[in-house]
Amino acid sequence: MPFPATHAKPEIQRPVSNPFIALSIITALFMNGLPWEGVWLMLRPDFVALALLYWCMHKPWRVGIGLSWTVGILADVADASLFGQHALAYSLLAFGGVVLHRRLQMFDLRQQTTHVFGILALTYAVYALVHWQVNGYVVWLYFMGCITSTLLWAPLSIMFQAMRQVSVDSERRHRERRP
Amino acid sequence: MIDQTQSFRFFNRGPSPAVRLVFFAMLSLLLLFIDARYRYLESTRSALSVLVSPIQQLATLPGVLWQKTGDFFITQSAQRSLANETEVMRQQHQFDAAQLQQLQALQLENRQLRNLADLPQRSEFTAQLAEIIYAERDVFRRKVLINKGANADVLIGQVVMDEIGIIGQITRVYPWLSEVTMITEKDHAVPVQVLRNGLRTILFGAGDTSQLSLRYMPVSADIRENDLLVTSGIDGVYPPGIPVAKVIKIERDPAYPFARVSCLPLAGVDKHRHLLILSSLPKLPERPAELSGSDAGKRAKNRSRN
Repeated sequence: MPFPATHAKPEIQRPVSNPFIALSIITALFMNGLPWEGVWLMLRPDFVALALLYWCMHKPWRVGIGLSWTVGILADVADASLFGQHALAYSLLAFGGVVLHRRLQMFDLRQQTTHVFGILALTYAVYALVHWQVNGYVVWLYFMGCITSTLLWAPLSIMFQAMRQVSVDSERRHRERRP
Repeated sequence: MIDQTQSFRFFNRGPSPAVRLVFFAMLSLLLLFIDARYRYLESTRSALSVLVSPIQQLATLPGVLWQKTGDFFITQSAQRSLANETEVMRQQHQFDAAQLQQLQALQLENRQLRNLADLPQRSEFTAQLAEIIYAERDVFRRKVLINKGANADVLIGQVVMDEIGIIGQITRVYPWLSEVTMITEKDHAVPVQVLRNGLRTILFGAGDTSQLSLRYMPVSADIRENDLLVTSGIDGVYPPGIPVAKVIKIERDPAYPFARVSCLPLAGVDKHRHLLILSSLPKLPERPAELSGSDAGKRAKNRSRN
């Protein structure tokens, strides 16, 4: 069964407000900051990476490599990792999203998911590589997070799409009420 | 409706994504190098933490709420267990009080004996209570953040313990938080002594598990299973005589020069919420080190050259 294409109704695609983007990224930071422990920490999807990738794909002119890098620095502070570790990984992720955005927008969710897996795997690999270079060891279970993140891609993009739609609908209703 | 931002910036794109990627990647690598090698960026980090910490504080809310509701809905059986717990604690208190009396007598005696023998006095350390706010969200590392920071005069290098033994050491201080590195962190070292025979050695964290190991123990070393390891206090970072770990397994393979000794930490390294930060440990005199020796050697060489 084919997944529904994300752009079934292109006529309602409208510019998203900047506060909405900022709020989604802050929420993602919040989700990453929840007290995950033990196995759950290994399985934790990287919400920030997913949110950034979504916006890089759909609004590449507004959320790009620079913003991803900045968010990466904040993630470094939040996680007490080395300065630039998340930033490097997220700039690569953003690069992947921005360069592939036209192709990804043509795809349905299943095809998107395979591409997203590749981009996320690269991101995780870069993060682990830096860690390996600095500390000399890698926990392989870390890559589980890559798989859960990929699985979360489809539900998350459907959710974002629905939220953008809701804001469009409410605005249209608002406009109709006004003569 | 066409996305307006896209059509407006059609001809004005700025540098291409590849150029941007190279720029930001180089910047990240530079920062990585500076941070890993020189640790110059700690002040920047604590400034940025002011931005991030509201989100982090918010993220701890669900856990705190969960705990509070749990505390609120105390059922009948829980009440009974509370009564039991109080009873156990009262007994423990009486037992401890008796031991404390003895300890005080011993301390007095020890002080007098040290006076007689002209030894420096053993100094007492003070402790302040702190609470774990969140555990590290980095899979690779074993760290927690606690709710006392520079505002409570916490310093880098202070020792953190629970009521049983050592948990770790403070490695980074933020304005309102500080970061504790657990003794189970990979390559974290604690100088210890075997309680049974006073054998001195160093205990290392193993990283991904909650285990510790003694490296470089000769196969013939007098160490047994269930031996208790306490801090030796030799480097002046850890106060002497605090329990750290227990030996659980020893593999003596004659093919290797060293025995493989694995230990378990005694303290609930990943269990409790409340910790003690020890402060005001006595400063040891600076270690004369090889520096002065090599200086002297150089000087001697220079002199001989002259």
